[in-house]
Amino acid sequence: MSTAARAATVQPQRRNLELFLIIVAWGLGVLGTLQVAWSTGEGVHPRFWITAGVVGVIALTTHIIVRWRVPYADPFMLPIATLLTILGLVMIYRLDVAAAQRAERNDNPIPTPDVYNQLTWYAVAATLFILVLIVLRDHRVLQRYTYTAGLIGVILLLLPLAPVIGATVNGATLWVRIGGLTFQPAEAAKIFLTIFFAGYLVVTRDSLALVRTKVLGIGFPRARDFGPILIVWAVSLGVLIFERDLGTSLLFFGLFVAMLYIATQRVSWLVLGAGLFAIGAVGAYLLFGHVRTRVQVWLDPFAYADTGGYQIVQSLYGFSNGGLFGTGLGRGYPDLVPFANTDFILAGLGEELGLTGVFAILLLYAVLIERGLRTAVTVRDPFGQLLAAGLSITFAIQVFVIVGGVTRLIPLTGLTTPFLSYGGSSLVANWVIIAILLVISHRARRPAAAPANADTAATQVMKR
Amino acid sequence: MTEFALTLLRLAFLGALWLFVIITVVALRRDLLQPREARPASNRPAKPPKPAKPPKPPKPVKAKKKTSGTGPSLVVIDGPLANTVIPLGTAQITIGRAPDSTIVIDDDYASSRHARIYPSDGGWIVEDLGSTNGTWIERTRITQPTALTPGTPLRVGRTTMQLQK
Repeated sequence: MSTAARAATVQPQRRNLELFLIIVAWGLGVLGTLQVAWSTGEGVHPRFWITAGVVGVIALTTHIIVRWRVPYADPFMLPIATLLTILGLVMIYRLDVAAAQRAERNDNPIPTPDVYNQLTWYAVAATLFILVLIVLRDHRVLQRYTYTAGLIGVILLLLPLAPVIGATVNGATLWVRIGGLTFQPAEAAKIFLTIFFAGYLVVTRDSLALVRTKVLGIGFPRARDFGPILIVWAVSLGVLIFERDLGTSLLFFGLFVAMLYIATQRVSWLVLGAGLFAIGAVGAYLLFGHVRTRVQVWLDPFAYADTGGYQIVQSLYGFSNGGLFGTGLGRGYPDLVPFANTDFILAGLGEELGLTGVFAILLLYAVLIERGLRTAVTVRDPFGQLLAAGLSITFAIQVFVIVGGVTRLIPLTGLTTPFLSYGGSSLVANWVIIAILLVISHRARRPAAAPANADTAATQVMKR
Repeated sequence: MTEFALTLLRLAFLGALWLFVIITVVALRRDLLQPREARPASNRPAKPPKPAKPPKPPKPVKAKKKTSGTGPSLVVIDGPLANTVIPLGTAQITIGRAPDSTIVIDDDYASSRHARIYPSDGGWIVEDLGSTNGTWIERTRITQPTALTPGTPLRVGRTTMQLQK
């Protein structure tokens, strides 16, 4: 075992850097909100400093808990998640202002602002984040619940189809309504299913990696090893057909194929996955009207500018209006895009912060995902490797699918933009993912107890 | 608020956003470079799966680095685990890809349970456990339990070891 090498790579904890970045993130939130208040002529809200204080307290609390529970964890993930959440809050506030002003102009009652809801959800998310850090000492415990997690995941996925509690919003049946509360169980399902995939693949990867038949220079697995990928494919298609949710089905299938590839290191799984995806995509295109509409709108949005393409066309106008440096917060028209604070929040940010701002946000996601994958490379147990990689990949797929959709790179599918979008389920689930990643990262970067540095140095001298 | 002040504010916001990104990237860069300097060149990036359970007695983790010649030991002289020293006690040691082996080799050319080394009459015997690519002493593939002599290279996959008194 390369214990010697590991002992030498004791990573600095960098908790102070983390604190500094969190303060910068908070400052950005204050600056952004003030900018919105001044440039829309709304004026600074009397409760503004209280709200800002609450956000600051939440952010500081998460940081202190990280110092206490996982002192060796990665110092970048928490500030990035915090900054993205705060940017989301600023943009949601900005859209609230726009909605209020529009209602005033039209003499309509002023709609209730969303930003306080989102703030509450941030508090809930932070509480869960803290709970996970306190309860989950060692991520390997999760491996014991592989099949339980799988079962819970599938149940959560299918929950919106249940007769009483399931709810259809905007054509997609991905909601559950209990009392007055609605949530998207698919967001929680992605955590449980990642745990399941990781636990399952750790056990079966050797047999899945066996190559039996070679076709065109790429070895393909035996027919009976097809089983799992076919099942996941079928479930994804089921979600697509019965819940009419393109994004979720894409996320789960992509996640599984990526994890299969990481676990087995066989390119054939990617080829197979792409093939099954193509079959599913063509089939869905031929069978379902809503999928066909999406594709047609993607190919030529301006032909449908008044109907199905309205949203994407407005989003493109927004980006174009923003240009290189944006109109400045509060000076654009981000509210012209329907669902500006959920699916299309990036369009609003693109308009008011410009290409420069969008690049910064995409870089933040890139760093976040890189840190997650790096955790996967550093951690020693195979389950942790797969879990960290899988959780990072959910971010990667989600960002790609939604940013690609909003910018018309790929057909639009509804997924939330992690941390930015308005919506409690997504925010809470993503914060829990960050907590799990931090626990894994803490174990990966923690120095081994025994060997001292002098010892290691001596070993290296003896090498030659 | 004048137009000018708002423009300044707008640029300040973008500047602060990028400041965050740049601080992150600079710190990240240092983080990425630092381990490489400390890591011996022969080591591949940390990949080998480690046994999940606490180590059993003759664990490489506990293995003392090659400091003094107390007792016989098995020294890895080449391969990903180079410089690891495993003291040979009274228990047998196993070599292979399986996470519960004494020496876990993450190597495409090694089998899960590749070989074992056990004490016998004051010497040490190496036995191949039906591995795919064989266990080699110098240039010959062993077909039966063979006594290890100090200083002779023993090769499993891409890892070479030798016995040291």
